[in-house]
Order: sequence, then structure tokens, then C-alpha cells
Amino acid sequence: MKYIDEYRDPRAAAQLADHIARITTRPWTIMEVCGGQTHAIVRHGIDLLLPESITLLHGPGCPVCVTPVELIDKAIELASHQDVIFCSFGDMLRVPGSVNDLLTAKARGGDVRIVYSPLDAITIARENPHREIVFFGIGFETTAPSNAAAIMQAKQLGLSNFSVLPAWVAVLPAMQAIAASGAGKVQAFLAAGHVCAIMGYAEYEDMASRFHLPIVVTGFEPLDILQGLGLAISQLEQGRAEVENQYTRAVRREGNQPARKLMDAVLMPVDRKWRGIGIIPGGGLAIRQEYASFDAEKKFGLTSMVADESTVCISGLILQGLKKPHDCPAFGNPCTPERPLGATMVSSEGACAAYYRYRRVPSR
Amino acid sequence: MMADDSSGYACPIPTSDYQQILLAHGGGGRLTHSLLEGLFLPIFGSPELASRHDGAVVDISHNRLVMTTDAYVVHPLVFPGGDIGTLAINGTVNDLAMCGARPLYLSAAFIIEEGFPVASLETIVRSMRRAADDAQVRVITGDTKVVDRGHGHGLFITTAGIGVVEHDLLISPAAVAPGDVILLSGDVGRHGIAIMAAREGLAFETTIESDCCPLSDPVLRMLEAGIDIHCLRDLTRGGLATSLVEIAETSRLRIAIDESAIPVRDDVRGACEILGFEPIYIANEGRFVAFVPERQADQALALLRRSPVSADACRIGRVTAAASGLVTMKSLIGSERIVDMLSGEQLPRIC
Repeated sequence: MKYIDEYRDPRAAAQLADHIARITTRPWTIMEVCGGQTHAIVRHGIDLLLPESITLLHGPGCPVCVTPVELIDKAIELASHQDVIFCSFGDMLRVPGSVNDLLTAKARGGDVRIVYSPLDAITIARENPHREIVFFGIGFETTAPSNAAAIMQAKQLGLSNFSVLPAWVAVLPAMQAIAASGAGKVQAFLAAGHVCAIMGYAEYEDMASRFHLPIVVTGFEPLDILQGLGLAISQLEQGRAEVENQYTRAVRREGNQPARKLMDAVLMPVDRKWRGIGIIPGGGLAIRQEYASFDAEKKFGLTSMVADESTVCISGLILQGLKKPHDCPAFGNPCTPERPLGATMVSSEGACAAYYRYRRVPSR
Repeated sequence: MMADDSSGYACPIPTSDYQQILLAHGGGGRLTHSLLEGLFLPIFGSPELASRHDGAVVDISHNRLVMTTDAYVVHPLVFPGGDIGTLAINGTVNDLAMCGARPLYLSAAFIIEEGFPVASLETIVRSMRRAADDAQVRVITGDTKVVDRGHGHGLFITTAGIGVVEHDLLISPAAVAPGDVILLSGDVGRHGIAIMAAREGLAFETTIESDCCPLSDPVLRMLEAGIDIHCLRDLTRGGLATSLVEIAETSRLRIAIDESAIPVRDDVRGACEILGFEPIYIANEGRFVAFVPERQADQALALLRRSPVSADACRIGRVTAAASGLVTMKSLIGSERIVDMLSGEQLPRIC
């Protein structure tokens, strides 16, 4: 594990922080897109190493956080069916829907199971031919390919008792929406490293020139984030607006072609409501017509459910970088990870959860 | 036909009469007696059990006793590095040790599910005898119940333990004082990862084994040498972080630790990175922290390192004068953050 140690080396971190301090002559506002990056920043105190004039905004890159309330409600409805085994990543179980969460559905007798991969759900489907297995399809383009592979495998195996509740979200449209709205006055983006490992970053070039914003594809270790910030600030200071790749060990410009082919074969872009933000055109992924029999919404006739969002929770503003968790009057009381009002307090990648866990007492 | 005698304990009555536990084994009649006589009594081998009475009568030589109890519901029952039996013995022994007691006697109550293989029960009870011998304790009384198939998850074990306090110290969070040094007895995270890997069928390059072991030896060494131990805590569910937060909140003092001082084995760290876990929150079954005065810290550390179960003991931080009830940690890259309790369990990362 020397690999990990090197990317957390304090001397190298200090050098990168010094470099940033030397090149920064003006205030800049930079948004890191991915929830994993937010957590790394707060956990390692990376923002505390930066000059005060650099403002970091936390972006909406948490797939759990942006899943709309009605999808949670649909999941709960499915999970409460007697014949259904509802499979999900663990984080989703505590995200509040309109009334309850999946964990409550489980406590009330719903067969809800935590899985670590969609292939686990396939295995459960094969082992339980008389039950209906539904997998909660959450995630960005990082996880969408493995979900697509699972659906393909289900078709090849001729499984008639397996379906997926589509909830995938696409990152780039959300970044474009934030840039277009001028929300929070974001001047540069640290793009989500693992999404880009799949999708590449060619598509960001148009956005960078259209909005005149530097976009730096960045990893998740402290040194990655510091280096990514250094590159972004360098561009800002020089008036450039280009796409750069900090995360070269994992990301190529064209991305992972086999993964993208898999995704394109099974999934297609659709408009999607992001919780707390609203409908983002092209902001989601849905299952293509030829795989419609694996679409749980169609299979179980759930398409017409609509739900309202809590008015107290401001996670939408937090996900757009307009507010910080400490700005929320409900932060910490009554909203806590045990009693969350919104998804950002539940998810391991949510900004509110990160602040509650690592920085409940504000450091700055 | 004698039962398998691999551990050197002879069974006078064959247990292979029945391959599986029946409801009648918990009924109190002949079958219960055959289980006691054929399995529990010979394997545990204590004179108190041999007296076949409702309870165990023992002489206790000190005024202060420590009593503790725990229930064990771990799944899977057997995992790399141990089983529910070793957990049951060591868990209770360690709770006694953390109170500064010399562990002496344990009780063991078994709730067995109908259909549970007798051979598995025997293996687990043999594990318990070995663990008890290692920890220098005896199981002196017990109970057996059988529940209907489908209502018992195989096997549950509840233990209680008694130990004696052979000193005058008050070992508790209330005794923690500013300036105290915090010693950690070894690397963290092994048990939780071992269980998770076994439970979820995750295979890593090397098999990570639980760190389950008795901790009375290092504690007694420190007590015998006259170390003024202020507080002890074994790191079970919730890991190192939770134990420190509990102590900070109870004592209302501030604890400051250094992330780079906390030992984590490479294979555990690797598993944590893949799953998105922090090692400081992972359960352990053979690790503890000791709060000792600064002036005795070096001596205490040397004593810990002489015990096989704490050979890699180290300093990880200290108690500061600030009255805040918080735990702060200097991160690997040098900045500070708060360490808080988790709500619920750590869940693996999604992307």
C-alpha cells in the first residue's frame, strides 16, 4: 500500500499547498463535482491548507443525494410487495422518501437486501426463481456500465424475474446546468475522476470554451485534489479555460470504450429530476426499449407516482454550491445522520454528512 | 465410537448418537443430560460443572468483584481467526480486564436452533475451552435451550464473567486527566474486515484473520508493575474512534490523536480502501487503549510490548486540558479534523 501512502504524503501536500499560495493573486471560486472528492477534502482538511481567498464549493456529485423523492417512494412500494426481493446499495436504505425510508420498509417485513454489486442481485434472482428481484439502479456513469452488464447478463440468461429500477444520473448535464445558471459564481470545476475514467473528457471541451471555465479532471487522494486545484488556479490566473487531466493514471480523453459501448447498448439519456435541484435535461439514464422487460417501473406499473420534497431541507442549494451545510438552520438539530431530513445527510458522499462527521464544529 | 479427540479431551459417551440438535435436547430430560454429559461437561472440564448443581459455588478472596455479561450473535459462526466460541470467551474476559480485574470464572448459556449439527457445536465448545485455557479462566456454570428451526440463526451464546480487583485504582473514564497519554495495544481493523469478507464472500489476496484474543495479560502486567492506569477500553463495535469518543464525552475532556501513529496492516488498509471504510471505525476483538499518566507512559509501553498480544503497542495521542468532550485527529497531511461516532454501520462506497 505504498501507493496510497505516496498520495497522502504530508511533505508533498505541503509543497503543493505552498505552490497554490504562491500563484494565487486573486479570490477564486472552484467547485469539486464528486461527493467522494468532497469527503476527501473535508476528511483530510484539504481546504484548510488553502489560502483564504480560495473558495471551494461542493457539487452535486452524489448519486444517492440527487435521487428524487418519488424514486425512493417507488422503491419502498416495490420493497413492500410480498413477492419482491429488493436489492440496493446500503446507502439508499436510510434516504428519506416522502414518508419513510427503505430501512423502515425492511423493518415492516419488506425483503430488502444490501448488495455490493448488481451481479449479486442476478445471483439472488437465479437462486429464487419464484420471487421477483428488483435492483435499485443508482449511480453515475461510473457504475452505469456494470448495471448495463447485469441487465445484459439477465437477458442472456433468460431471467424473467429480474428487473432494475432506473435511477442513474449523468454528470455533465448537471455541470452545464450549474455553469449556465451562474449559481454560486463557479469559476472552475474539478471534474469527477471516476466518471471520467468511463466517459473520458472530450465532451467537456465544448463546455469549457462555451462558458470560459477551466475544467480539471481530478482524482480523490489529497495530492490529487491539491494538484487539481493547482492546475485550475493556474489557468484562472492566466485567463485560460481548458480541459486538463490531473488523474492521468486512471483517465484517458476517450474514456473506457468497452464500458461506454456496454452502456450505450442498454441505456439511453433522458431528462431526470435531481432531488432539490429540479429537472436537468439529459441528466439521467434510462433503459432502452429492447430491454424494457428489465425496467421495473414498466414491469410494475409505477410510472405515474409523483411526490413533493421537504421544505425544510436545503440540500438542493447545498448540491449546487449555493449554501454550505453550516448555513442550514436544521444542520445538526434536528437533521443528523440518525434522523436525516434530506439525502445529503445520509449518503457517505453527501456534503452534510461529511461536515457532520468531520467538521461539526466549524474550523473556519 | 468415541467422538473426535483432536484436542485431547476425551468424551465418555458418544455424541454421534445424534447428528443434529433436536428440540428434546433442550427439554431438560434424557437428551439434555446426554448433551451435558457427552459434550459440555467433558469439554469444559471444570470441577464446578462436574458438581452438576444449579449454580457454581466458588471462594473469592477479594472485596471488589467485577461482573460483566455479553451476548454473541455473530454471523457467520466460524470465520478466519476464530468462531463464536472464541469471541464469547475473549469478549467477556476482555470486559473484565478493561475494568482492571483478574478474570476468573465464566458462565455460558447456549440457545441452539433445532437442526444445528452436533459436530459444529462440539467444535465451538472445544474452541471455548482452548480460549478459556489461554485466558486462564474456567466456565463454571451454564444453560442450554433449543428453539424451533427457523427461529435461532444456528447458535447464540450469552456469557457472564466474574473477576477480582487486586488493586485500589479507580479505572474509568472519570479518572482520565489532562496530560494522560493514550496507548494503543496493536494494529486495528482486522476483525471487522475478516467478518465482512467471510460474510459477503469477498476474497482478498491474503486471508485477513480476526485479532480475537484475551487482553488480561498486558493489563495485569501493568497493574503488577504499579502503573497508575486511569482508563482502559477494548475496541469492539465502532472501533477505535467510537471508544475514544465515548471516553471523551464521558470525561468531558478533549482527546487529540495522530492518524499517522495508528498502525493498520497493509492488507487491512487495502481492503478498507476498496470498500471505502476508515480503519478507525472497524470492529476489533483483541485490541485496547490505555490512558496512563505521562510520567509512566514509557514504562507502560515497555510493559505492553512484552506481552505477546500487545507486542506492537504504541502511543497514539494524549488528553489535552481543553474541556470539550471532543476527539480531534491530526490527519495524514497535517490538518486537523474531528473524529465522531458513526451513525449506523459503515457502508461500502458506491463509486
